[in-house]
Order: sequence, then C-alpha cells, then structure tokens
Amino acid sequence: MTQTPLRTTATLKGLRCRECGEQYPGEARHVCEFCFGPLEAHYDYEAIRGCTSRRSIEAGPRSIWRYRPFLPVVGERVIDVGTGLTPLIRSERLARRLGLGALYIKNDAVNVPSLSFKDRVVSVALTRARELGFTTVSCASTGNLANATAAIAAHAGLECYIFIPADLEAGKVLGTLIYGPQVLAVEGNYDQVNRLCSEVADRHGWGFVNINLRPYYSEGSKTLGFEVAEQLGWRLPDHVVAPVASGSLYTKIFKGFQELIKTGLVEEQAVRMSGAQATGCSPVAQAFKAGRDFIAPVKPATVAKSIAIGNPADGVYALDLARRTGGHIEDVTDAEIIEGIKLLAQTEGIFTETAGGTTVAVLKKLVEQGKIAPDELTVVYITGNGLKTQEAIAPYAGETLKIEANLASFERALERARTLDRLDWQQTLI
Amino acid sequence: MSVTVLIPTPLRKLANEQATVHCSGSNLTEVLDSLEERCPGIKARLCTENGDLRRFVNFYVNSEDIRFLQGRDTPLKDGDEVSIVPAIAGGR
Repeated sequence: MTQTPLRTTATLKGLRCRECGEQYPGEARHVCEFCFGPLEAHYDYEAIRGCTSRRSIEAGPRSIWRYRPFLPVVGERVIDVGTGLTPLIRSERLARRLGLGALYIKNDAVNVPSLSFKDRVVSVALTRARELGFTTVSCASTGNLANATAAIAAHAGLECYIFIPADLEAGKVLGTLIYGPQVLAVEGNYDQVNRLCSEVADRHGWGFVNINLRPYYSEGSKTLGFEVAEQLGWRLPDHVVAPVASGSLYTKIFKGFQELIKTGLVEEQAVRMSGAQATGCSPVAQAFKAGRDFIAPVKPATVAKSIAIGNPADGVYALDLARRTGGHIEDVTDAEIIEGIKLLAQTEGIFTETAGGTTVAVLKKLVEQGKIAPDELTVVYITGNGLKTQEAIAPYAGETLKIEANLASFERALERARTLDRLDWQQTLI
Repeated sequence: MSVTVLIPTPLRKLANEQATVHCSGSNLTEVLDSLEERCPGIKARLCTENGDLRRFVNFYVNSEDIRFLQGRDTPLKDGDEVSIVPAIAGGR
C-alpha cells in the first residue's frame, strides 16, 4: 500500500482530531492517538472559495461530484456512478395532512446505484481508498452499506470483502452477493462484527469504509446538505428532520450547510436540526430528554434495524447539535414506524424502509407537539428504499382482491371494496 | 487475578507493539494501574486528567460493554479478557 502525498493545490488539508485538535496527514486512520477522539477531514476554505461558485457547481457533473472541492479527495479521477442529486420534492398531500405550509422531501430512496444514502458515503470512501493505494476494500454492515460498498467496488474493479452478522435476512445477503464480493457471515451480532473488523483492518491493510476510511466516508453525507440548499434555490431550510443512528449523517448535513455559509454560497441562516430514533434503540433521544450530555448504550430491539446502533459513535455530537440549534431528538414506536412508512407511501408515492418510516413518524410527532411551526421551511430526509425491508411491512400493507375472470365477480369485489373503504373513512378522524 | 488486555492499534507503540498484555487486578480500576506499570504512559491515553475514562474509548469484559456491567468496578476473575476499543467505528 502506498500513500499518495497531498497535492498542494488540493482543498483537503488533512485530518484533525475533533476533541483535542491534533493534526494528521490525509491517510487511512480514524482515531486520534492521543485522546481516541474521532478524526475529521479539514479543508482550506479560502481555496474552496477561490475555485467554487454557484455557477461552477451548477455546471458540474449531475452527481455528488459537482461539490468535489468540499469532498476529501485530491485527484481528478473520482468514482462517479451517478450518485446523488436525488429529487427534492415539494410535498402537497403529506404537508396538508400534517398542517405544514412548506414541507420538502429529500428522496434518497432512489439514490444510485443501490437505493440508499450510503451510495454517497461509499462513492467518496472508495475514491479516497483508491487514491491512498488500496486495492481491497471492506465494511461491516447489516444491509445498506454492504449493498453500496459491493456495488461501487464492483464498478471500480476493487477487491471487496463484506462482513455481516450470520443471521441477516436473505434479501440483504442477496443484494450484496450479486456484485461478487467475498461475504463473510460472522456468528455474532453487529457490534461483534464491527469489533472483529477493527482487528482485520489492522492486520491485512484493507480499506474499511466505516473504520479506517471513516473520516472520508462520513464526509459524503455533507452532499445531502449541499443538494438541498442548491435545490431550494441556494438557500438553507429553517428546520430539518433526519434519522439518527450513529449520528454521523445528521451532523454532516449541518456541516454541509455551515460550509456553504463559510464559502459565501448561501446567506447565513439558523437551521433547527431535529433527529429521529426508534424507541427500541433510542440512546440519543433518551439522553436528549433526560438532559444528559453523555450517551448510555442500549441493546437494540426495534423493527428499524438499519438505524439500530446501540452505541452511537457520534451520539454526543448529535445531542449537542440538536440543543445548539433549537431542534429536538424524538423517538417513535415500531407501530408508529409502520404507520410512517404507509403515510409517506400513500400521501407522496414514496416507498421507504423502516428508517424512513421512523423519520416521517417523528416529523408527525414533532408537528403534533407544536415543535415544528407551520410556516417553517422544513426538509425531511428519506434515506433508504422500502423494497429492501419487505419483511417489516408485508403484514401491514393490505391484501389483493382475488376474483374470477368474469364481470360479475369483478363487480362483487368492487362493491365490497367500496363498502370497506366507506367503513374505513367513518373511522378516520379528519 | 491475571487478566488479558487487548491493546488497540493506536496504543501499541506504548505496549512494545504487543496486541495483548497480561495484567493483574480484581476490577478494571486496578487493571488500569497494572497496565500503566507495564506500559508507562498508557493510562493518560485512556483516562482524562481527573481520572475519568475518556468518552471515546470503550471497554469490554469478555465481549460485554462495561457500561452494561458495573463500569470501572466490574469484578474480574482469572482468565477474563478486557478489550479496549476506540468508539469511532460503524455505520450500518
């Protein structure tokens, strides 16, 4: 493995510890040697300002790479599989249902290539991995990250090893295997898989996207902030609702907003950041509500497996951000999550996974509690696709009407369906 | 009480590049003192100036997070394994 020196013209200056400020070169490391704090990419913002304008971004690729000066890579040769620039939809029906005047939905359920926001972070991590000379990449995952890493590694021709817990659902395993990586099914839970991977990364010199490449990987989530600002016509929203698992996506969206202000691309404006967790795994929401400034880890028990991290790495930063910006971190039950999935599907035509159901349900709860004002320009982030978590929603999605191939049978079924609809309506509070 | 302590990569320089160190102690507090004797300087990396465990270091006893046990007072017995793991990893 060879290390590529940083080019002097690059906007990336290196890595810096978020806790003690110790600086490191831009290599594959994620933990400060002195205080164990997380390392974060830092940049020359004057250089970014000098080479970036609204026009230069708009003229760039139709992908996350239009924001390349803000991303932790140094070369010209990026892995661009069309990731990003997903739709930002002005909500009509969900907004009306909730009583909001200006609600937008950022729809990463249709991100490419693998239908979740993980395509963003992996595109950045693997580009940097290649720059650092890695030929083998890897990750520990329970689903979305495995899909994204396997797919983009296949595109880039990188050797790929994926570590998953052995009891993972068949659909998620298939959605990884098809790209041809080596898939290692570890007998243990996700936390054990993750710890094993920390050891493997040291031993074999592989690039683990969510371990030793984490400072680069996590920066990819900033593009969710950049895109929303650009799609709103170069302005920031008033209020954001996003899922909180490790807390990385949630905090990086805000970092993206701050960088746009810092480089003069948008007007300075306060953004309230609210976060969504599932009650069955809500260490950050519990700390928020209890007024604690530390996270007590929990053992996850929720249908929302893709965000079930009991020991969130960026939890304290998420807590701090919610408090600092006047946002809230709220949690919802599994039943509310299922209702959230159905609500989004039936008002907006977007089929999201359980993480998205969590986020929509928290949005609804915050509105009902009066914590989001009707006139706030609010953006809700939908980060994954419902077709990946069919087991979770199948029992609640409804049933087909079975009929014979003749008109009489069809008319009987139609009459019955309309009667059931009327009964439904009579029970619905409007 | 002899326990095995697994040393993470960022601290191996202080442990003569060893991945494991054998220590003594009947709870984690005592093991940290024992570890400091064998690897001078390591305790300052794991604890803040007032002696609290740093917030980005996780400790496990036989694969269980000590925050689910009794924290620094978690009792240890012969042959137990203590892992020191940086908190910053993961993302599903």
